[in-house]
Amino acid sequence: MSETNGFEPKIVAYVCNWCTYLGADLAGTNRLEYPPNVRIIRLPCTGRIDFNLVIKAFEMGADAVLVSGCHPGDCHYTAGNYHARRRWILFRELLDTLGIDMNRIHFAWISAAEGKKFQETITEITEKTRALGPYEAYRQLCEASS
Amino acid sequence: MTSDIQEQLRQTCRRLLEEEKVDVVIGYGQSTADGPAYPVFITAPQDVDRLVWNDRCFNNLTAYLTRDEVKSLGKPAIVVKGCDDRALVVLEQESQINRDEIVVIGVACEGVGEPRAAKCAACDVHMPRTADETLGEVPNGPADLEAAYAELDAFMAQSPEERMAYWRGEFERCVKCYACREVCPMCYCNRCIVDKNRPTVIDTSAHVKGNLAWHVTRAFHQAGRCVGCDECTRVCPAGINLRLLNLSLARAADKHFDYRAGMDKEAAPVIGAYREEDKEDFIL
Repeated sequence: MSETNGFEPKIVAYVCNWCTYLGADLAGTNRLEYPPNVRIIRLPCTGRIDFNLVIKAFEMGADAVLVSGCHPGDCHYTAGNYHARRRWILFRELLDTLGIDMNRIHFAWISAAEGKKFQETITEITEKTRALGPYEAYRQLCEASS
Repeated sequence: MTSDIQEQLRQTCRRLLEEEKVDVVIGYGQSTADGPAYPVFITAPQDVDRLVWNDRCFNNLTAYLTRDEVKSLGKPAIVVKGCDDRALVVLEQESQINRDEIVVIGVACEGVGEPRAAKCAACDVHMPRTADETLGEVPNGPADLEAAYAELDAFMAQSPEERMAYWRGEFERCVKCYACREVCPMCYCNRCIVDKNRPTVIDTSAHVKGNLAWHVTRAFHQAGRCVGCDECTRVCPAGINLRLLNLSLARAADKHFDYRAGMDKEAAPVIGAYREEDKEDFIL
């Protein structure tokens, strides 16, 4: 596919302050290299991650979105990730009904000790998104609006 | 049958007002026989003959219970159908109303609209479930959720690209009048997120990008709360089938959490509660 030539996907990662952000930090201090396509946005907790942020990322031209936080049972605020998980379960169904490409929305649990998993997750998502190409359907929708 | 209920309704409301059990009756009025009914607020016993009951009574009147201008009228009695009654349960769960201060007059409903509204096809709440007084008698249909979701199933049979194209066409027509919000009993926030502009979360212009964001927000804020009264769909001047979005979340709540909004006051809400064993096969 010619359009994928030179295409660098934009990936927005909403991560929690206590686990995944520290996981990313660990990946850095361990010199684990991961693709520079990811834009990390740190939030207090996955429970804080408003679904509007996911929509906003696509509006701003993201090709894929990752939402990641502490493993179940490890939440700094005890239960934020459990609440987030419930919301994601429902939100995914709504996005699917709307016809949003579900291959472009990823959820993960990555702890502060999992620098390796962070590297692998970002690499995997980047490669997958690169294969999918730019999220043209959403971009067209936004361009029609400007 | 419906005219009997209408007469009983007027008598009941006259009695409630005369005995000063309530200050206002929130019910249905009508100006032409085949026109849609509209909400009326009756405060004097001599006005109760303005109340009607028939299959043109579409409104979910519970939306008015949380309005300040209605609250200022005093203690209300409210006329509800079975589906509207479910909204009362959710409002009570969410501490928006105090049932001790409301008299609920239920009416047996065989369905509204001619032809019948889509929600009525698989209705299993023809009889209001929590009303203080119920007028009339209609056998309740079976809880046939398969039939209730048939419209959604047919829609989901399309490819994601087709679905996206469909919604794009629909949302292009949206003029952001927010009628879907105004008419919804669950949209009782004093300040809606779309009205907040520091920062602007949802693009306020009525173009397809902002409209998509708005409809995602509207639908998802009803997740596990929407009782399926379909008022949003009925009032939409652009004829957008918002029902599909509501159905998808209703089915998700049912499928994953065995939950139907407004059926059980004691049930833990879908959003705001959790179980450690909630399914998570999509999380990396």
